[in-house]
Amino acid sequence: MPWKHIIALSVLVLVGSSLLVLSAPPAAPAGGTITGKVTYTGTPPKMKPIDMSKEPVCNQQHNPPEKTQTVVTGANNALEYVVVYISAGEKPSGPPSAGVRYDQKGCMYIPHVLPMLVNQDLKIYTDDPVAHNIHPLPKLNAEWNKSQPPGAPAIDAKWEKAEFIAVKCNIHPWMHGYFAVLETPHYAVTDENGNYTISGVPPGKYTLTAWQESNSPISKEVTVTAGETKADFTFKVLPY
Amino acid sequence: MGGKAFAVVLTIITLLSAYFIVAHTWWLPADISTTGPAIDRQMDETMWEAGILFLAGQLVLALFCWQYGDKPGSKIKHWPGGPKPVVAFGIIIVGLEVVALSLLGSKAWGAIYMTPAASDAIHVDVQAEQFAFFFRYAGPDGKFGAVHPELINDASGNYFGLDPRNDEAARDDIVVGSLTIPVNKPILLTLHSKDMIHDFFVPELRIQQDIVPGLEIPVHFTATKTGRWEIVCTQLCGLGHYQMKAYLQVLPQDQFDEWLKQQSGD
Repeated sequence: MPWKHIIALSVLVLVGSSLLVLSAPPAAPAGGTITGKVTYTGTPPKMKPIDMSKEPVCNQQHNPPEKTQTVVTGANNALEYVVVYISAGEKPSGPPSAGVRYDQKGCMYIPHVLPMLVNQDLKIYTDDPVAHNIHPLPKLNAEWNKSQPPGAPAIDAKWEKAEFIAVKCNIHPWMHGYFAVLETPHYAVTDENGNYTISGVPPGKYTLTAWQESNSPISKEVTVTAGETKADFTFKVLPY
Repeated sequence: MGGKAFAVVLTIITLLSAYFIVAHTWWLPADISTTGPAIDRQMDETMWEAGILFLAGQLVLALFCWQYGDKPGSKIKHWPGGPKPVVAFGIIIVGLEVVALSLLGSKAWGAIYMTPAASDAIHVDVQAEQFAFFFRYAGPDGKFGAVHPELINDASGNYFGLDPRNDEAARDDIVVGSLTIPVNKPILLTLHSKDMIHDFFVPELRIQQDIVPGLEIPVHFTATKTGRWEIVCTQLCGLGHYQMKAYLQVLPQDQFDEWLKQQSGD
């Protein structure tokens, strides 16, 4: 039964190596950490339920229906999907070798906002039994739209210039997301509690910017030390 | 031999094609609108008139093949009365046919396109775009918000280009992805297109209307049955055309009222 041995051996190797990785102390990020919370004041617009009835296979995956995501809020006035990044004060760095992935699942983009670096490899996958047509709408980069039938391989892409690119599907008009193409590797996207953490920032003075898709971005100066630096942002939102 | 065989084949093809039409083998689905029966009658009349001419033409052709097809070099030397009566006969028959169809059909056509909608018709605004339909109801205030094409934004669900920030009438407008209507109530649709020519087609309503960008095209109808039917685009509008559809939901009046209340109350 050589197969059994091989499987047992590979499980052993996998478990062993993961234990090694887990027990090793995390590589101490060089430099400090910027952390904070993004909140709003005012009345945010009401997110509307998305009507997917024209695509029954997607519709049945969302009960209750998904809502639009232009201003996603959490408890205590938290704002989700805000990109916080260093917009000035450091030299641009090359793209990392690892790529990022964007998913289409149940006729939604996951994640809603995907940050990446200029020229970083981007792979767009589809998990749906229906065709999609992904259509990013850049202003500085070249625009394209590509069809992706069910089971099609991932679409490879990269962006040469930094900008926030709205993404839509030409077949399912409710599908909407953003590519945040950045020059800095120091970024984070707020979670459902509005929290974010950017680590590994060399001490120094920087401009930190918070970007939310339906509001003007907010910038502030921060001085990062070796420890933790706090930076909160508050957006003034309107109901309409 | 060849001429007779051809005549037989021609006759078989002719009768077989006529059979499928007469037997309604591939026919429209049962109609669900007040104007449907008139359209169906008109369709039948057209088929009968065109069908009789078709049969006559094909059978005469078959007869000639049978009669003269096997005699090489046989040419008709003399047509009684010369060619003029034949041409005149053709023109009169075809002309009468066209005139008769338009006269008879104008009633059915006029009931849909030349007559304004009833004054108590429920107004629904329709926006077509690659590759979906959206439907807008006026909401509790009974007023439609003004449309600003430059504000159209699929990302935020503003498919019609409403300006709720400055326009109070737009705030309660209901925008949904399927057309829900009450049964036995006149409905007036105003069709718009965001990008290119689309088409609003519900075979069961016997309504098929192109939607042209820049034009507001009114269409009205009254559904007579409750149920759910498909609304499809029948103008090739791009690679997602085959996926461009929505649903027509016809409800009893009380269920419709409840649905409408739910939509505006969220």
